[in-house]
Amino acid sequence: MISQFFVLSLRGDNIVFRDYRGDVPKGSAEIFFRKVKFWKEDEEEEAPPVFNVDGVNYFHVKVAGLLFVATTRVNSSPSLVLELLQRIARVIKDYLGVLNEDSLRKNFVLVYELLDEVIDFGYVQTTSTELLKSYVFNEPIVVDAARLPPLGPAGMFMQGTKRMPATAVTKSVVANEPGGRRREEIFVDIIEKISVTFSSSGYILTSEIDGTIQMKSYLSGNPEIRLALNEELNIGRGGRSIYDYSSSAGAGAVILDDCNFHESVHLDSFDVDRTLSLVPPDGEFPVMNYRMTQEFKPPFIITAVIEEAGAFKAEVILKVRADFSSNITANTVAIRMPLPKYTTRVSFEQEPGAVGQTTDFKEANKKLEWNLRKA
Amino acid sequence: MAPPAQSYKSPSPSQPSGKGEVSDLKLQLRQLAGSRAPGTDDSKRDLFKKVISYMTVGIDVSSLFSEMVMCSATSDIVLKKMCYLYVGNYAKGNPDLALLTINFLQKDCRDEDPMIRGLALRSLCSLRVANLVEYLVGPLGLGLKDSNGYVRMVAAIGALKLYHISAATCVDADFPSMLKSLMLHDSDSQVVANCLSALQEIWSLEASSSEEASKEREALLSKPVIYYLLNRFKDFNEWAQCLVLDLVSKYVPSDSNDIFDIMNLLEDRLQHANGAVVLATVKVFLHMTLSMTDVHQQVYERIKAPLLTLVSSGSQEQSYALLSHLHLLVMRAPMLFSSDYKHFYCQYNEPSYVKKLKLDMLTAVANENNTYEIVTELCEYVANVDVAIARESVRAVGKIALQQYDVNAIVDRLLQFLEMEKGYVTAEALVLVKDLLRKYPQWSQDCIAVVGNISSRNVQEPKAKAALIWMLGEYCQDMADAPYVLENLIENWDDEHSAEVRLHLLTAVLKCFLKRPPETQKALGAALAAGLSDSHQAVSVFTDTQNSEIKDRIFDEFNSLSVVYQKPSYMFTDKEHRGPFEFSEETGGLSVGVESVENIAQRVDANDNDLLLGTSEEEEIRGPSPDGSAYSAPAYDAASISLTSSHTQSEPVISNSSLPTYSAQTSLAIDDLLGLSLSSSTTSVPSPPFLKLNAKAVIDPGTFQRKWGQLPIALTQECSISPQGAAALTSPQVLLRHMQGQSIHCIASGGQAPNFKFFFFAQNAEASASFFLVECIINTSSSKVQIKVKADDQSTSDAFWNLFQSALSRFGSP
Repeated sequence: MISQFFVLSLRGDNIVFRDYRGDVPKGSAEIFFRKVKFWKEDEEEEAPPVFNVDGVNYFHVKVAGLLFVATTRVNSSPSLVLELLQRIARVIKDYLGVLNEDSLRKNFVLVYELLDEVIDFGYVQTTSTELLKSYVFNEPIVVDAARLPPLGPAGMFMQGTKRMPATAVTKSVVANEPGGRRREEIFVDIIEKISVTFSSSGYILTSEIDGTIQMKSYLSGNPEIRLALNEELNIGRGGRSIYDYSSSAGAGAVILDDCNFHESVHLDSFDVDRTLSLVPPDGEFPVMNYRMTQEFKPPFIITAVIEEAGAFKAEVILKVRADFSSNITANTVAIRMPLPKYTTRVSFEQEPGAVGQTTDFKEANKKLEWNLRKA
Repeated sequence: MAPPAQSYKSPSPSQPSGKGEVSDLKLQLRQLAGSRAPGTDDSKRDLFKKVISYMTVGIDVSSLFSEMVMCSATSDIVLKKMCYLYVGNYAKGNPDLALLTINFLQKDCRDEDPMIRGLALRSLCSLRVANLVEYLVGPLGLGLKDSNGYVRMVAAIGALKLYHISAATCVDADFPSMLKSLMLHDSDSQVVANCLSALQEIWSLEASSSEEASKEREALLSKPVIYYLLNRFKDFNEWAQCLVLDLVSKYVPSDSNDIFDIMNLLEDRLQHANGAVVLATVKVFLHMTLSMTDVHQQVYERIKAPLLTLVSSGSQEQSYALLSHLHLLVMRAPMLFSSDYKHFYCQYNEPSYVKKLKLDMLTAVANENNTYEIVTELCEYVANVDVAIARESVRAVGKIALQQYDVNAIVDRLLQFLEMEKGYVTAEALVLVKDLLRKYPQWSQDCIAVVGNISSRNVQEPKAKAALIWMLGEYCQDMADAPYVLENLIENWDDEHSAEVRLHLLTAVLKCFLKRPPETQKALGAALAAGLSDSHQAVSVFTDTQNSEIKDRIFDEFNSLSVVYQKPSYMFTDKEHRGPFEFSEETGGLSVGVESVENIAQRVDANDNDLLLGTSEEEEIRGPSPDGSAYSAPAYDAASISLTSSHTQSEPVISNSSLPTYSAQTSLAIDDLLGLSLSSSTTSVPSPPFLKLNAKAVIDPGTFQRKWGQLPIALTQECSISPQGAAALTSPQVLLRHMQGQSIHCIASGGQAPNFKFFFFAQNAEASASFFLVECIINTSSSKVQIKVKADDQSTSDAFWNLFQSALSRFGSP
């Protein structure tokens, strides 16, 4: 149960503010913002997503440069509220096509309308874009996505936006195409976050893949979709799992440590032929999340050689090797390296003939950035 | 349709009130109000949008209220919605104007379109104006019976809103029972869920004053209701599932089949992509299996993978919430997670609040097999640019070292930290080396060699400085220059602001003097002189280690903020905002009135956590009472029997007269109490009025609590109980039964030998409104009793005290 919901810009302006129960004082947005901005507790410099000020619990998530906040006085489930905030952001995005400060400001009435149906007196009613369609009457004012600055290559590793921004999927689920005709489209993205730690000698210490199959459907009539996965997919490791019937997995076998599914997914034939069947609801949603620690060849290998070149100078040689066939290209590769906090100046030297590469030293957070458009 | 003008996009501080604009809007709205020209709705939409955008940024547009209402006569649903939003926001502050809206809202509640009916009903209930509640009852009643699910769904929450505006109106209209029947029969799952939410709130708030409500509240946890909800489980959306799961986690299963049925049914919820659903399921599993150790362990094994998947698939914020729960589980059963340690490795881009949790978990799961790898990983973090994390990592290494696994390798690492030449790393490492040496003195050779190289000038943090000084004192014979370093430090005594450092300095110099007197004598003198003139008072700080009781409380509150804050909920929520059933969990039972009794206990003695609930005993004792029924006592029987006569059955009954039946000693005791002189009292003081207690007195915990809070203390007394009595008081129940026989009832009791605490009450048989409330603390080892009495009728409190004391004094005697 929540008391209030509001969206703040990073400057602290109220973009949307909805009070559901009237038991938290009106100034909560300011209290929250000041607290987050000047967080200095427990030696930490970043406010945790949940904190308590004077008996009021504040939950927040950052999505697309906006702070989505909920308050409550009761001891609610933090997962529930944080999940809800994330979900509200997604519903709004489904409606507006693009979620940012501008689109939100232009459509705040629509957003209020959504919020009224999503939560009543602090209790969640529904977060399904599909169901909400029949209750919501405002039409979105579409912001032109093409003119938006790209989210930045690192966007996909940030929370919330787990996929590359592509203009095709930035349209609203309710807005009609110019000309009044709808295109029958469905987008299925597979997004994997690969985390690998190398030792300084190049040996892999840990490696993990967190993946999501994300779907966004614009199909009319909500047909059933079947999604066939690799048949040699096993779930669970070390004989712990009931699925572990082929322990002598062949070369093509993929072993997932674990996975979970969206509630619309039927798993009736999953055990037999690894097929998921579902009637995709409107809007964007993750069909399946999975996690694996099976050994794999990391797509990139980075080596760094650091040499002290004098009392106040160090030379770093960074090398990246792409470990995949040359007919595949990787877009927007970014390499970041944290630098000591007393670094004052960084100069870069690129390989001769490098095209489409930029380098930058981010003074504020002492980071070196090297961006490659293609590799 | 054009979007609102750009100029309203970001109101600058230079127009704080927006007064000019507001009066402008007022004019325009007025013009539109009566207009029927085509396109009016569009212009209204624009104006309404402006109004709402002002409202959002905090400009007061309440002065437009009447104009907004005038404009609301429209069939345009978007306009209606904006108007409802506006009205809902300002009605509370303008109750008179709110009356204006009632008419059109009531009309809309009868609209043909269910959507409009629902919206109007929701707005009507959101007005939050107390004197308008009479207008709500009719539409709400109709709404609950509406043929459309949407309207019923809104009405269910509407009833709850009404309850918060005026509880009596809601109860009088019999809405709770309508909600209950909807909950058990409605075809729409969201209606069911909303009824459940509403009922949980209403009944837990009502429970403090009405026994019926608290029974209803318990009934929500009865097997038929729980099974009914579980059977419909798949109909609910994910949020409603969370609600139901939360309820199920409080259900006490009847047997192990019950448990396994529920668990099998919910098994697939662990695969859900919504972390809230998974955590709620995990809570059910963990709590249900608490008494079955091996199954409980299997549950841990089962939930591990789904939780880890969720941690890595959600946003940082969601991960944090899940990790906090994982953290709790890891702390409870580190062994079960010892092979998963790699999942707790930090990633460079994680926020520090996540890293901190992970470091904690890495420390906890370290054992013989993984210590080496964990410490290696931790050492990487020590070089981290994030200072807080680097510090935390050093501490983590130290903690693992103190856990005794593979100390050898760790000591080397710690010593390397000392040589890293980063102030904060050295500081943390020094503190750890000190702790380590206290536990493993055998490492002193290696450590002191390195510590000796550290210049005291480079150590600034008080804790680290104190650690260094301690080592200088303790191992002064191994460090050649120890006396001189100490001497230097003493010279700068006045610059040293930390009391801890000064204290350590004093002891270190003394230790050093005992081992190397000639070199230290001068320094010691200086130190003592400086110390004597020191105005500093050393303040001892108590470390607040989390005791296991608190940890268990947090575990009870799994899937709540308690886990994230690592505090039980009573430490951060106000009483009135605690959830339903929260207190029943504490006692593990489901007895009536736990909440209020607990509250009393907290008010009276905030630290007294182990107060038991009295109700169960109360009922147990009521059983054998004369006619077996506590509520329908016929007037003729012992209901008004006098206390003395009821107990001393062998003696002749003298209850028909108004003669005092007290012994002379007792009267003296009262006189003493009243401060009257002993000599004259026996004759001149009128005998206390004869007091009869109602043997069947009933008070509900809420009333008790309220009275206890309101009434002044009538008497505070200390007396003794007989040694036999003290010996007989092995558990609170014994005394309860005894006092029950004297028509003095217990409402709450607690404690363990030798200290017991009771809350008693009694009712004057002749004046039903006159209650006596007693707090009684008994120490059985000293036979001392401390008593506080409060009474509705102060004039009878002395008489009551007599009865109470004589009843108590007879406890234990045959």
